Amino acid sequence: MGSNVEALTTVFTEFYYWVTVVFMFLIHVGFCMYEVGASRRRNHMHLLMKNTMLIPLVTITFFFFGWWIYWAFPNGPGFIGGLEDGSANAPWSPTMATNLSDRITGVFWAAFLLFSWTAASIVSGAVIERIRSTAFWIHAVLIGSVFWIIDASWGWHYAGWMVKVLGYHDAYASGVIHAIAGGYALGVLVVLGPRLGKFAADGTPRDIPPHNPWLVTIGLFLIYTGFWGFYAACNVPIISPEVIDGQITGVTWTATNIYLAPTTLGAITFNFLMSLSGGLLVAYIVSKGDAFWTYSGGLAGIITASAGNDLYHPIQAMFIAGIGTFCAYKLHYWVEQKFKIDDAVGAVAVHGYAGFIGVVIAGFMLWGQPSSPYADYATINPIGQFLGAIIMFGVLGFLPAFIVSKIMAGMGMLRIPPKAELQGLDHHSEIAYQAAVEDVTKAERELAAKQI
Amino acid sequence: MSTNGMSSWAVDLKDVGAIYPFQGTEVILVVLGLAFWIGFHVLQARIEAEELANAERDFNAEHSGKSIDRY
Repeated sequence: MGSNVEALTTVFTEFYYWVTVVFMFLIHVGFCMYEVGASRRRNHMHLLMKNTMLIPLVTITFFFFGWWIYWAFPNGPGFIGGLEDGSANAPWSPTMATNLSDRITGVFWAAFLLFSWTAASIVSGAVIERIRSTAFWIHAVLIGSVFWIIDASWGWHYAGWMVKVLGYHDAYASGVIHAIAGGYALGVLVVLGPRLGKFAADGTPRDIPPHNPWLVTIGLFLIYTGFWGFYAACNVPIISPEVIDGQITGVTWTATNIYLAPTTLGAITFNFLMSLSGGLLVAYIVSKGDAFWTYSGGLAGIITASAGNDLYHPIQAMFIAGIGTFCAYKLHYWVEQKFKIDDAVGAVAVHGYAGFIGVVIAGFMLWGQPSSPYADYATINPIGQFLGAIIMFGVLGFLPAFIVSKIMAGMGMLRIPPKAELQGLDHHSEIAYQAAVEDVTKAERELAAKQI
Repeated sequence: MSTNGMSSWAVDLKDVGAIYPFQGTEVILVVLGLAFWIGFHVLQARIEAEELANAERDFNAEHSGKSIDRY
């Protein structure tokens, strides 16, 4: 760090990303509460373990290869060039460690890692109460440390080929995180099948209500809270035009989005809250006041508007959020009825459909605007956004999940046996718990009797 | 003698980079880390398969009914 201004900028940036990571941790706490609330009592501990252990598995694999993929794959490789030099972000690089000459890589890596956990957690909710942990944790590594980070390298990198060629714009990850995770969840669900009892013999879907609606709603509130950190983490907090080294003239320092195009925290604060509100209002009406869907609708609203929330007017963000939420709700029930898909927490709808729709809407709303501060990039356009949404939801989300799940099902390692599903996944731990309680209370009663 | 090459902080920090011990072993650490990761999946798959086999073997309709009724 050459000067005090440079030092302050670096340390501020370091601290900024660190704070976003702490905030984003709440997303995971929220997902755990949400899943436990939405499930039946006989599966709670299994669900918690399923969601907890994705943390270390995605973390270490994101260290070993996920982060390198982000820096090495912006050209495809093979679409507009070869592999980029990702050596500074390879797991054996001295900058991927305790290093006084690099204060940013660690916190930037961690911010992306928390997105990885989120992608895996989105899939987790959809498949509760019948997937084997073995299968889910392999899926968690694939979505968290491989597929989402490939799409980030393509469409969420200042030099990604989708940004350059398609003009792809997805500032707060409608497609890059949510559409891909929703598509991935759908790919697993198609092969996994519904929970026992979800559909009547004539195919009519049954509602499986959450055992604890309070926990579900508090979980969603925590996810909203963590989402603030997510939004902030998508920005570069302060940078000079000289460092960007693009087309911006003058010397005015700015915050930027991930593409290094200018934005402000003020703008995204307006739009975060207005899109949350648009989603909540429409979800309340369309679900006739159902708490589960009203809260989920708030999330769907933010997710729909996220692709363009660096540039929208707040009232535009509110209406876009409402449109996406309405479509996500209707699509959820249509797909459930038509294709017998049991999405236990509405994850495919809230993340997948809302994310897809948000990316497409941004193509019309931001048509002709620059996708990047660099010369010769395609401008934002509806066709580029539509293709981008298909790549996110279908090509990198649904397709690999479907193929891998088919392989797992063929090997008998995807779904738990029906008897275990009916008995509950906590059956053995509950028996051990009861035995331990009876043993210790019996011993204590005997000790108490001797004292008399 | 120092495991990271630093035996004093009487230095200009602009000249200091990595400060973790045993620099130069990074590739070995990565290989061991990958083995640790794969080993977890292998052992976990065995544990879960055994648990589920036991659950099937010990299935009890009455107990399951109670679990279902607890909702």
